[in-house]
Amino acid sequence: MASAAIPANSVPGTKTNYLTNGFSLKSWLLTTDHKRIAILYLISVTLFFFLGGFFAMLIRLELLTPQGDLMQADTYNKVFTMHGMIMVFFFLIPVVPATLGNFLVPLMVGAKDLAFPRINLLSWYLYVIAGGLFLHCMLVGGVDTGWTFYTPFSTAASNTHVIEAGLAVFIAGFSSIFTGLNFIVTVHRMRAPGLTWDRLPLFIWANYATSLIMILGTPVVAITIVLVAVERIFHLGIFDPRLGGDPLLFQHLFWFYSHPAVYIMILPSMGVISELITCFSRKRVFGYKFVALSSIAIAVIGFLVWAHHMFVAGISLYAAMIFSFLTFFVGVPSAIKVFNWTATLYRGSISYTTPMLYAFGFIGLFTIGGLTGLFLASLGIDVHVTDTYFVVAHFHYVMVGGVLMGFLGGMHFWWPKISGRLYPEGWARLSALLVFVGFNLTFFPQFILGYVGMPRRYWQYPDEFQVLNVLSTAGASVLAVGYLLPMIYFLWSLRYGELATANPWNAAGLEWQTSSPPPTFNFDETPVVTWEAYNYDEIDAHPQEVPVGR
Amino acid sequence: MADSQATIVEAEVQNPELRHHFADMEQQKNAASLGMWLFLVTEIMFFGGMFCAYLVYRTSHFAALAAGSQTLDIKWGAINTAVLIVSSVTVVLAINAIQHGKPRTTINYLVITVLLGLVFLGIKSIEYTNKFEEHHVPGAGFHFTGTFDDNGKQIPVAENEVQLFFSLYFAMTGMHALHMIIGIGIMTTLAVMTWKGRFSAQYYTPIENAGLYWHLVDIIWIYLFPLLYLISRHT
Repeated sequence: MASAAIPANSVPGTKTNYLTNGFSLKSWLLTTDHKRIAILYLISVTLFFFLGGFFAMLIRLELLTPQGDLMQADTYNKVFTMHGMIMVFFFLIPVVPATLGNFLVPLMVGAKDLAFPRINLLSWYLYVIAGGLFLHCMLVGGVDTGWTFYTPFSTAASNTHVIEAGLAVFIAGFSSIFTGLNFIVTVHRMRAPGLTWDRLPLFIWANYATSLIMILGTPVVAITIVLVAVERIFHLGIFDPRLGGDPLLFQHLFWFYSHPAVYIMILPSMGVISELITCFSRKRVFGYKFVALSSIAIAVIGFLVWAHHMFVAGISLYAAMIFSFLTFFVGVPSAIKVFNWTATLYRGSISYTTPMLYAFGFIGLFTIGGLTGLFLASLGIDVHVTDTYFVVAHFHYVMVGGVLMGFLGGMHFWWPKISGRLYPEGWARLSALLVFVGFNLTFFPQFILGYVGMPRRYWQYPDEFQVLNVLSTAGASVLAVGYLLPMIYFLWSLRYGELATANPWNAAGLEWQTSSPPPTFNFDETPVVTWEAYNYDEIDAHPQEVPVGR
Repeated sequence: MADSQATIVEAEVQNPELRHHFADMEQQKNAASLGMWLFLVTEIMFFGGMFCAYLVYRTSHFAALAAGSQTLDIKWGAINTAVLIVSSVTVVLAINAIQHGKPRTTINYLVITVLLGLVFLGIKSIEYTNKFEEHHVPGAGFHFTGTFDDNGKQIPVAENEVQLFFSLYFAMTGMHALHMIIGIGIMTTLAVMTWKGRFSAQYYTPIENAGLYWHLVDIIWIYLFPLLYLISRHT
């Protein structure tokens, strides 16, 4: 069993690791080390998260009262568009793959780096260029089309900076394509000896499935946005009904990417949850192959459900019925994951550490988000709740309740590996609790608001909706504190946190067998894998024989 | 750290082009090749969006798209098709030459490829100029007189729907031409790199991958030519 060499000299601070290998700005900005690029990404997506969060707070403040007293309709349109575009394209899509994925994929497969380190760096620069372009667009007046760029409003009616925002999204898309391409090649070609496909960590499977969607879907939204821009500039008529074009075609092309993009966001977080659940219930994952292949199934079926965003847009009833059925069908692999995680917990020795709290939060919130997705997949109910706060609440349960819970859980779990320090457990549990309570207080009232008929994207509303809106805004404030706290104690721990050993959780996985933080080339010797993933029964039964790091 | 540097130095002795994170040249070549194929997949999806739009509008506005297609000049389209097919052959010959360790021949074929690419773009610009003079460029100046049947009688079509055909024509051929320009840039760079002695029979992966890209751009044209020029010629 114990064939992977444990570095003898991996006491933190005594040897050069990736963080201490050069301190100059140049050593960071021109690095090709996947771990440093992950840190660069972490800093940039965090900035965009707080910017997007700022716009979210503006929205919630405006909706505190029924009147439009903080801003008027035009400003409000821009604010929710900025919130949506920043959160979707500059936070949710890159957040887990580009930070945790970038850091962990080579470590977990036992490689020295991703297959194309320079393309990885290019991907970050493209992200930064796209982000800068978007910030510029925002400062000169912003854009008001909603994050979906719907035509003909975006091509013929809106007089805001649609082209610049579109260009930013286009470039950010290529950053995401390059990340996906890098992951697929790395998983195919760079696995350590003995690390067969059925021994891969589930986080790798999840990121592999995500990468498939990235390279198959993103080019389609790229060309769609190019066509929107070209139509605005040269007055082509591809989506303009006056010139014979069809706005519905735009919606088809847009959602062909943008629905699978939801799975780009959620799949990596699901991968994180699989790692957390197994480690903190000290068990093999229940039904490894099903959980692994359900990621691939989500990626494949996820490409066949896009028109459920268009049930009321005028597609044929028969098309709507097929897409409704397929949407129920894509719920199956997601349910497989939730059931298998629950079955993994059964009779496990569960510890309530912060990452596990986030994993529990994920399962609960994702289940609510997923089940309300089935409400929306039903043609009749969809007519009732389309374009109401029910939809808003639904996708925030998946996007924020799912993706962000997974990201924060993963950040806490791997923080010792990333930084070489332990975070303060007490504060972390408090913030996990605040996030959970704040999140539900913010978004559960929105389900009710939507069901009783409050439409989305309006800056004012009838008086009877106020109580629930006040609750929602109060919840958003709690949520904001819950997000700020980790930011503060993670930074605090960089200097004052306790030094981490190579494997503080006693976890399985190759990333825990190298020192914390890892050396630049990850492993002193390429590991050889002779065991199945999540062999916690063996690790706990024979603590001396099984390699679990120092 | 010292240990890992030592292994890197050992590995580099084998081939100066082997990058540090690969075990051997074969793994590196396989990775690069898979990466290129995946990139080509993204290109197919990229163009796929426009082909999809073409398919939808050819179904919903059949008469107008046929009428627009009949005004395109088959002669130029056919010559360009031949030019691109020959250029694909010269790319293959360039790769073959470097495989046999003849960098000088490689440079010659790469230069011929670049020249053929420029011929293609030149012909494309002639066609664009003609479209401009015929008022077939979408926008305020667009004007379409219609086509005529065998008896010389004008077939009426909606002008705005024909404009849709030319929107697609310029979007698709324009995006293809952009890819040609990028390809010409890549081939020129590779010719210079070959001249500087970067490639040999042991290491020529970039030429091979650039060849794959060039072939894909050719294949896209092989689809564009019949779909835009030929498809509505029968009477």
